[in-house]
Amino acid sequence: MDSSGDVTLAGVGKAFGDVAALDGVSLRAGARETVAVVGPSGCGKSTLLELVCGLAAPDRGTVRSPPAALMPQRDGLLPWLSALDNAGLALRVAGESRPRARAAAHEHFAAFGLEGFERARPRELSGGMRQRVAFLRTLLAGRPVLCLDEPFGALDALTRGQMQRWLAGALAREPRTVLLVTHDVEEAVLLADRIVLLSPRPGRVVATLEVDLERPRARTDLEVVELRERALTALGEPAGAAEAAAEPAGATAARAGAATEPSAPAVPGSRR
Amino acid sequence: MAAALLVLAALAGWEALVRAEVVDALLLPAPTDVARALWSDRAILAEDLAVTGGEVTLGLAAAIALGAALGFGMHLFTPVRRALRPLVIGSQAVPIPVIAPLFILVLGFGLAPKVLMVALVCFFPVTINLYDGLRDVDPDARKLLRSLDASRWQRLRLLEAPSALPTTFTGIKVAAAVAVIGAVFAEWAGSDRGLGHTLLIANGQLETARAFAATFLLFALAVALYGLFALLERRVVHWTPRTAPPSQGAP
Repeated sequence: MDSSGDVTLAGVGKAFGDVAALDGVSLRAGARETVAVVGPSGCGKSTLLELVCGLAAPDRGTVRSPPAALMPQRDGLLPWLSALDNAGLALRVAGESRPRARAAAHEHFAAFGLEGFERARPRELSGGMRQRVAFLRTLLAGRPVLCLDEPFGALDALTRGQMQRWLAGALAREPRTVLLVTHDVEEAVLLADRIVLLSPRPGRVVATLEVDLERPRARTDLEVVELRERALTALGEPAGAAEAAAEPAGATAARAGAATEPSAPAVPGSRR
Repeated sequence: MAAALLVLAALAGWEALVRAEVVDALLLPAPTDVARALWSDRAILAEDLAVTGGEVTLGLAAAIALGAALGFGMHLFTPVRRALRPLVIGSQAVPIPVIAPLFILVLGFGLAPKVLMVALVCFFPVTINLYDGLRDVDPDARKLLRSLDASRWQRLRLLEAPSALPTTFTGIKVAAAVAVIGAVFAEWAGSDRGLGHTLLIANGQLETARAFAATFLLFALAVALYGLFALLERRVVHWTPRTAPPSQGAP
């Protein structure tokens, strides 16, 4: 396995019984890049992350990734463990003793705004705090790739905005290769270096947008608004979607591959 | 509180019916007669309670040990599951009065057949609730542990076993409530002591007040055992809304 942090999917197809989840999906995330995967519900976004994390094998195509840590859609915190023990879970699984896992997790508690809640059970934490514990657990797995599955999907709009700013800051401090699955186009524009737009099931790459904008980004920045509109149009435009679906998967894949070359000069909003 | 009032009202109505001679006191003794029997026969009844209580306690312990072994075994090993599941379920279809004399015949009149009988009645809810609890795990947490390359043992210890604790306690509480039935049937099949034995003798001699006094002690025994495990559950399973105090919340 390569440890550079590059994630590559090429022509990946995956079906569950008769239901095709992904159909010819290609994408690439270079080391320390954040790539957002955006699409409607049920387009196979979560399946894509499971493939990258090695939880499932693709039916077609190839998935290459260094070891990846998963942050599941609904935080996956264990209700009987304290915040500290949940955050250190990956270290326990890796064979660390409980005191050492706790100590390692506790080093980050202040920076994660969790100080004073070390012994709290998940049900005593707010939604935002639960997500931060889950993210810390994902980070402490010590893997070069993070797979975040709709990390803020269950939060109210206000908390979600705070958490997006917080995550941008956390990733600036601890850069990793991140695959961020979301159905929130704005979240993708705010956080990602590149946005891969998927069609409804079976998921195909509709368009890839480079986000070549300064950080930190604000929801109200003109470029952010513009790019968000462009992405929404690409997702919602019936003519465009039908056209993309009608093309052979290989062509879509080749195009997506070319557009996602990290060294290539990024063209903001270069779509299709 | 409401339960106490309900019981008081029922007792008062019962007393009134017997006093008014609507029902024969030989069939249904008045609560005051039962209370009198409890007091006057306290020496015998206390000894019986100790005997039956011992049978039930040992039987429950055996049922929990057997239930744990079967639940984990069926969960972890597919051949064990395939081989044992029909037998475990089928064991509950065997009528107790049929099997109890067999136990006495093979194991004699001592403690062993009673403990076995209680265990037979009680292991099923423990086994099934543990087994279901081990399988019914938060799918996100399961995915998470797999993505961390957790070993089979780690998945069991860190995720499945704690997940199964609440349902296992439910199974144990059900077992505690029905355990006395097993002991009584075993005593009826062959015993010279215990509440079940006294119940049988008193019924034969038309000492209905004493029979009811013994029944009352069986009732109290079941409630006490249930309460004991409910208390233990609150201490061990502190994370479910059912057992935990209301959440304080957090900003």
